[in-house]
Amino acid sequence: MSGHASHEEHSHGSVKSYVVGLILSIVLTIIPFGVVMTGSFGTPATVLVIVATAVAQVLVQLILFMHMNTKADEGWNFMSFVFTVSILVLVIGGSIWIMYNLHQNMMIG
Amino acid sequence: MATDTLSNHEGHAHEHDHHDTAGTKIFGFWVYLMSDLVIFGSLFAAYAVLLRGTAGGPSGADIFELPLILVNTFLLLVSSFTYGMAVLAMNANRVQQVKVWLAATFLLGAGFIALELYEFQHLIHEGFGPDRSAFLSAFFTLVGTHGLHVTFGLIWILVMLVQLQQKGLTSMTRPRIMCLSLFWHFLDIVWICVFSFVYLMGVL
Repeated sequence: MSGHASHEEHSHGSVKSYVVGLILSIVLTIIPFGVVMTGSFGTPATVLVIVATAVAQVLVQLILFMHMNTKADEGWNFMSFVFTVSILVLVIGGSIWIMYNLHQNMMIG
Repeated sequence: MATDTLSNHEGHAHEHDHHDTAGTKIFGFWVYLMSDLVIFGSLFAAYAVLLRGTAGGPSGADIFELPLILVNTFLLLVSSFTYGMAVLAMNANRVQQVKVWLAATFLLGAGFIALELYEFQHLIHEGFGPDRSAFLSAFFTLVGTHGLHVTFGLIWILVMLVQLQQKGLTSMTRPRIMCLSLFWHFLDIVWICVFSFVYLMGVL
């Protein structure tokens, strides 16, 4: 039962983990908005900042708000997430790749 | 294989019956969220492909208002936090606190939807509705689908407030609050991708 209780605590978080998640999310929101609105970097650097902070914030919220981990439900939560992300990479990456080449070769748009 | 694991789980833990039924419900809801994620992924892919199809109309840089989007982002972000507080209150069996935090979450979510409707109404009024160009069709579909999800989340919060009033915290209402928690945080995560890849990238 003690294992059960600690699992419960782990999977539902604490005030501390939510506050840390909120603060990290606010910081990771202000950074990209600040960079874009002040226009202080060049375009490639700005894109890099936006992508990096977005990925970081998604991870912060998955772990600190949604409590995703590799142990709950014998890892099936995590496995289904990994599977979905691979589908997303195929769908989004594949669409952009194919349509970019189509535009290049057909001279449309 | 997934069903194998779940039924095994149920087989050898009779005294954990309640917990396991709840766990199965929440895992099932998680799988639904993953399929929803694929829907949003497809809409993001469509948006990326149609981004340059402005048909002589405005591009993102012409129509996006970042201060409005920043306020919207904070509304949704803080609402995710208040929902987390509701779950903690539920774990502490404080039903009154759960209701207060859920109500706060509802107000923040409603503020988000109000601002989004204002943005949409403003764009359509200017003649930049979804019928103007392929870019705007994809934009309205993607952002509108997210907004529709948030709207259904708001309805769900209202239903939970009524059920908490009538039944309190039971083995029936607890898993529902946990599923809604996952749903609400999930929508915040989708919004992170929307403001990063649609709005911020759009004005570059």
